[in-house]
Amino acid sequence: METEVKLTKLASCAGCGAKVGAGTLVQMLEGFRTHSDPRLIVGYDKSDDACVYVLDRETALVQTTDFFPPIVDDSYLFGQIAAANALSDVYAMGGEPKLALNLLCLADRMEPHTVQEILRGGYDKVYEAGAIIAGGHTIQGAEPIYGLAVTGFVHPDRVLTNAAARPGDVLLLTKPLGVGILTTAAKAGLVEQAVLDRLYRQMSALNKTARDIMVKYPVHSCTDVTGFALLGHSYEMAQGSGCSIRLNTAGIPFHPETYEMAEMGFIPAGAYRNRDYAGAGVKKGPGVTRAMEDICYDPQTSGGLLIALPEGAAEECLSELRERIPQAAVVGRVEERGEYAVYLD
Amino acid sequence: MEKLDARGLSCPEPVIMIRKAMQSGGAAYEMVVDNPVSRENVTRYAQHEGYTVSVTEGDGEYTLTMTK
Repeated sequence: METEVKLTKLASCAGCGAKVGAGTLVQMLEGFRTHSDPRLIVGYDKSDDACVYVLDRETALVQTTDFFPPIVDDSYLFGQIAAANALSDVYAMGGEPKLALNLLCLADRMEPHTVQEILRGGYDKVYEAGAIIAGGHTIQGAEPIYGLAVTGFVHPDRVLTNAAARPGDVLLLTKPLGVGILTTAAKAGLVEQAVLDRLYRQMSALNKTARDIMVKYPVHSCTDVTGFALLGHSYEMAQGSGCSIRLNTAGIPFHPETYEMAEMGFIPAGAYRNRDYAGAGVKKGPGVTRAMEDICYDPQTSGGLLIALPEGAAEECLSELRERIPQAAVVGRVEERGEYAVYLD
Repeated sequence: MEKLDARGLSCPEPVIMIRKAMQSGGAAYEMVVDNPVSRENVTRYAQHEGYTVSVTEGDGEYTLTMTK
């Protein structure tokens, strides 16, 4: 309907670009008193994708939540992307989502059918994941927001944290980068619809396929690349694992249209926040261009999994991934801890 | 020199504004922005278009002078 207000116009920032910077979060949570429980094996203090609580020898509970303002005008698609993004945190822990709750904020000018379509997108995506939406909570606010609280399960011995990479591991990434930069450039009308459609398909694609393949291999560590970008999430993995990560920009998959848009300054504010957060821990090699660095700081909405596994298993895992996800690629290696957390070559 | 005021705007609006202005192919532009992200992004755009950029800062505002 042409008279309708565009969904993205109701929001001041889009998708995971709205995420509060990691540096700000760390500051706000500093000195916060927390309590421990021996069953809580991944908690608040770990900067991980989800928390994990052991129920018994066979089962641990994985819980996470994620929500954001619209990144697309199509409400059904927005629902799917927000749901795929929220579910991803469970996959990143090696788990399987089972239950989800809607988290919804309605802005004044939203039509009822827009809201229905957002919820339908979420519902369909959750169902595709093999989980079910069991309820939710809706409030009124200044901007539309949608996301999920997700509960999943994982075997307690097979939890994949973002803090267990080991020197010698190979790093795989399962979705190309560039979502933040391209959606920013799209606001200037500089991105063709075919490219946007490709981005939307990618953002709404579940990380379930990548997770289901990954768990067949001896993976040490995993996280999903979202708001903190490849460099922010690599930085957290390196810090948590007590290792350094060496990323090879020649192997990093990104949407080819991203490069020129980065050169033209269509860099989302979130990329600058990511640079502020991780920049001091990142050593950029002499051959890395500014645009390539920007792509590595670019916040991703519903990005891929970043998987660390031993070299001996990496090739087979990658080839199996590529059968289903052709863009999956080797992006770097884990090394003994050096002066910097991340080396960008 | 064409003068543009992008205060109060967040990215990518200042870049869109300078892009529109530069389509006329002028030799010099001056733009005021009020945040470092816009300062960086407008600088990047102007350099991409072949302009030399100089920045002065004061009271949380940045004045970008772009010349060819």
